Order: sequence, then structure tokens, then C-alpha cells
Amino acid sequence: MTMASTKELAANSRDIRPGRIITWTLLLIGGLIMITPLLFMFSTSLKTSGQVYDLRLIPAAPTLDNYIKVLGDGRFMQWFFNSTLIAVTVTISNVFFDSLVGYTLAKFEFRGRYFIFLAILSTLMIPTEMLVIPWYLMSSQLGWLNSYWGIMFPGMMTAFGTFLMKQFFEGVPNDFLEAARVDGLNEFTIWWKIAMPMVVPAISALAIFTFLGNWTAFFWPLIVTTSKELYTLPVGISSFSAEASIQWELIMTGAAIGTIPTLLVFLLLQRYIVRGVMLAGLKG
Amino acid sequence: MAKIELQKLVKEYGKTRAVHGIDLTIEDGEFVVFVGPSGCGKSTTLRMIAGLEDISGGNLLIGGEVVNQREPKQRNIAMVFQNYAIYPHMTVGQNIGFGLYTSKLSKAEKQKRIEEAGKTLGLEKLLDRRPAALSGGQRQRVAIGRAMVRDPAAFLFDEPLSNLDAQLRSQMRMEIKSLHRRLGTTIVYVTHDQVEAMTMADKIVVMRDGNILQVGSPTDLYENPVDVFTARFIGSPSMNMVEGTIAGGNLSVEGAAISGLTLPAHEGKALIGVRPHDLVVGEATGAGLSATGTVEAVEPLGSETLVHLTMGKAQVIATAPGRVVPAIGSAVSVHAGVGSLYLFDAVSEKALGRA
Ligand SMILES: Nc1ncnc2c1ncn2[C@@H]1O[C@H](COP(=O)(O)OP(=O)(O)OP(=O)(O)O)[C@@H](O)[C@H]1O
Ligand SMILES: [Mg+2]
Repeated sequence: MTMASTKELAANSRDIRPGRIITWTLLLIGGLIMITPLLFMFSTSLKTSGQVYDLRLIPAAPTLDNYIKVLGDGRFMQWFFNSTLIAVTVTISNVFFDSLVGYTLAKFEFRGRYFIFLAILSTLMIPTEMLVIPWYLMSSQLGWLNSYWGIMFPGMMTAFGTFLMKQFFEGVPNDFLEAARVDGLNEFTIWWKIAMPMVVPAISALAIFTFLGNWTAFFWPLIVTTSKELYTLPVGISSFSAEASIQWELIMTGAAIGTIPTLLVFLLLQRYIVRGVMLAGLKG
Repeated sequence: MAKIELQKLVKEYGKTRAVHGIDLTIEDGEFVVFVGPSGCGKSTTLRMIAGLEDISGGNLLIGGEVVNQREPKQRNIAMVFQNYAIYPHMTVGQNIGFGLYTSKLSKAEKQKRIEEAGKTLGLEKLLDRRPAALSGGQRQRVAIGRAMVRDPAAFLFDEPLSNLDAQLRSQMRMEIKSLHRRLGTTIVYVTHDQVEAMTMADKIVVMRDGNILQVGSPTDLYENPVDVFTARFIGSPSMNMVEGTIAGGNLSVEGAAISGLTLPAHEGKALIGVRPHDLVVGEATGAGLSATGTVEAVEPLGSETLVHLTMGKAQVIATAPGRVVPAIGSAVSVHAGVGSLYLFDAVSEKALGRA
């Protein structure tokens, strides 16, 4: 017994095939490429303006001055708040409406169901760039330019989220819903109390993707906002660079602070993200 | 508590008819079992009673009132599903209590009912567990508990035991039966397993292709099947059928000697049914049907042996009593006594009577 397992162990440690080494090397290189800009961002945020073009990874004299400056700047806090408000609102809205529509499409038979589903799905094929002009025209007609609502409305519901949730609700056995129906629950309660808890992995995936997507959104918020108080974090940070002298160390500090929620989401919800990516089998 | 009446009940899916206008009265407190082969419309009928399927024609009455248009919740009926449908995100206690979600009982009263149901079903120690940590039989009990707490007018069961292993199935059969005896609530139970029907039902409803073929007590159906289908469906192993002819008050079956029978009035071809239990291996001890056959296979059951025989062109199953197991390939005599033959018209397959 002991003999055998010792032998097995030995066999295992010798079992480093050339294929594995190649895989690991490739992954390592990929990881380094990904992390380098991030490291530079953090590194630069710790440098003084004179050191910015000194490309050493570890600053000669690290300082937290930039952080004090950025965090003390009321505009930055405003942008951070804007981004949080928008990302959270849009996420809640997506979780609610995408699920509701996805559930209806998955579990109710009605005339035109298939057509509606196709219509929703087909919007997935239109790139954002093409939609920006109609969105803008619409916003200007309706007076939504330069408002929170103007930034948020295109994303309040997404075709992708609806599609994702529909697929998941299809996997919920009808017996569960019918049992609740016989027990006298109304349709809304059945959805909320029975169906929703059964697709929690899908909901977390949707919530994470939506939050991250909106937190980092740049193009549309840039277009729809004109006053600085309404900027989101990415738009605000980039506006630093438009000022008279580009202060890279401040931009990098803002960006570094901006990645904190993203990192937190990843660290806290890693389990769900991995599962979510596998579940969604699409978009990453 | 309520009587359930089906009057010319029809279900159509588009152009296809799943249920062809069936009539049935289920008395208050009765245990009624629907049996029939897959696709015969049992579930559809049950779901119409529950209100989960629209009724395409006819009337459904519960407690004397037409309920065709009523929502499931207005019918005060509880249902137990084949896959239990207990919610994975709730504990056993919450699952059972969920049956009371819409009830206006006080919290204490609800808790009392949950505990009572838990006790009745032997789940009292498991109330805080999640369904994932339960066995199949326990899950099924939770589902029954959720139905019980509501104190409904009737319980509907759709193949509740088909996901359980054979031993658990027979245990749960007895439990459901004794639950019925204790609660006295009407039960409508769907299964394709005739053993479940025979062991539990007060009244069996045999369905085929969306029609009711026969309604009766288990012994009724066993003793007086109305046609070949019911005769072969009820009883295990299935009834043997051999071809024969009735002419001038005499029955003749190829390769068999027949004596001393009083035949029903009929002329022409007939099907003769004999239950394996009534077709005994051994020399004839009196009047009836005797024949010889070649042993093809044997199934020793301990106290007796089922013997598969070829008799002329027909394949039949006979019983060898005691612990004697006939050798495969040997020729044996079989005998069926007077009164154990079931006669059917060969064309219409309707019962002619017994002999
Ligand atoms: N939603 C539906 N649409 C169309 N046809 C259906 C639908 N549901 C059932 N049917 C048809 O109605 C008939 C009866 O089905 P039902 O489910 O009642 O059978 P069953 O007796 O319960 O069979 P099983 O023992 O397999 O559960 C079948 O022929 C089936 O194909
Ligand atoms: Mg069925």
C-alpha cells in the first residue's frame, strides 16, 4: 500500500511532459503581457511628474502625493460617484428587466413570441457604433442630453442579457412553476420566488458583465455628456489629458483608483465569473 | 373534500385530440387511479383537473360546481409531481410551508401544520435540511408534505413513484395508501404501472388513446376485463392469449383438449385468455383445458416457477408450483381449470364471458 503510493508520487513528479512546459510558457508570456500595462499604471501613479518618463518599474522615490491630490479633487470624487451610480442602476435594471423578458419568452406561449425573440436577438448584430447616432438624435429630441438618464438609457435592458436569461429559464423544469401555480401563487411571485433563485449563477454572470461593462464604458458617456459634473470616471480621467499639460501621473492615479472596484468585483466574485463565463459560453 | 365529475371532457392540442370526451365521477374520499400506456392521456386529464391545461370541451365539476374557467388556485387542489418539484433553494420546512404561501393562517398555525406534516411523514428531523441532501424517497415525502399542509379538496399525483427504486416504491405505495386512509381526502393518481393501480386504488380507470376503456375496482378489472387490452394490462405477468374457434357450442383450440365448459353464445373465431397463474404445469386433475408444450425458458421465483412455453404456434407463460423447475427443452403438460378461461371476440376484442 505505502510502497505503491510512494511509487505513484514519484511517477507523478516525473510526469512533466514537454506539452505542459509549452502550455505553461505560453500562459506565462500571455499573463506578463496582460499585467505589464497595469503594473506601469500603478508604478506611474507613485511617481512625481519629473520621473514619469523614467521607465523604471519600481519608482526611485515612491510617493502617495498623486493619490492625495486626486482624491482631494472634488471633480474626481464626483466622477467616481457618477460611475458608481450609473453602473449600479444599470446593473439592477438589467437583472430585473432582462430576466423578466427572458422568463416570459422562455416560459409562456403567446402569439408572436418567436418573432419578438428574433427581433431582440437581431439587435445583437448591430454594432454600438451604428447605434450611437440614433441614440444621440433621440436624446436630443427628448431632452436627455447631458443627464444621468441620457447616459444610462441605452443599457437599461440588453438583448444579450435577455437572451442569456431566456436560455437559463428554459432549463428550469416546468414542474416547479406548475407546482407553485397549483399552490396558488400569482405569476409574478412564481417568477420572483421560484424561477429567479434557480438561475442565480446566470444572474451573477449577468450582473458582473453589466457592472464591468458600464464601469468601463467610454464612448457613449463621452458623447452624451457635456458638463464635467456628469462625466463618468473614464471620461473624466481622459479629460485630464486634454488640459494644458498632460499630467500622466495624475491620469494613472485616477485610472488606478478606477480599477479598484473592478478588481474587487473580480476578487470577491471570481468563482461566479469563471462559472459565468463558462455558462454564458460567449462574451468574456 | 369534494366530488369531482368529468363530463364529456375533451382536450385538443391544435388539431390532435389527446382526450376524447371522457365521463367519470370521482366520489368524495375515493382513491382513483388512472392507468394506461404512455401517451394515453392520463397526465393531460389530471392536468385539466388541476387547471394547468385549458379544457377544450365538456365540463369539469368540483363539489358540484363547474370549474372549467377557474385558475388552479381557485380549485383548492394540491398536486404532487413525478420530479417532486421541491425547491432546491429552500429547506425542507420552507418547502412544506410553501404550500401555505397564500394562506391567511397565522404564523404559529402554519408552523404547527408544517411540524404535523413533518411528523406524519417522518421528516421531523430533516426540516432544516436542503433538498440536495435528501434521498429520493425523502424528497417525495417533502412534496407530499407540501400538498398535505394545505388541507386541499383533493390530491393529484402524477407518477410520483417512478423515479424511485423498486423497494422504496413498494414502501411508498403503502405509505400513500395509509395516508389516504388517515386523511380521507380524495386522491386522483396517475401511473402506467398496473401494480400501483392494483395495490392502491379503490377505483381503477383504464385509459387508452384518450378514451376510458373500463372503470372498476381492482378485483372487478381482474375478474371481468371488458376487452383484450384491459385483460392483458391488468395482472402480472400478462394474460396468455391463444386463438380458438367456437362452433355449435363447442370450443376448439389447436393442440389442446377441452372438456366440461359452459360457453357463452358466440359463433366463430375467438381469443382465449388464461392468466399464467391459472395455467398450471402438471397432469389435468379435472375438466378444463389441457395441452402440452415445450419449455423455452424458466423464471424460478422460489415458491413457484414461471415457465415460458411454446404451444403449437402460441407462446404462453404457465406456473409450475412448488420447487420443481422444469428443464429447458423438455415437454410438459399444462392445465387450466373450469372458470379460469376468458373468452374474447377475435375481431372486436370485446369480452364474451368466462368459461
Ligand atoms: N403540449 C402538448 N402539445 C401537443 N400534444 C401534447 C401535449 N401534451 C401532450 N400531448 C399529447 O397528448 C397525448 C397524451 O399525453 P399525456 O401526457 O396525457 O400522456 P400520458 O398518458 O400521461 O403518458 P405518460 O405515461 O407517458 O406520461 C400524447 O399523445 C401527447 O403526445
Ligand atoms: Mg404522463
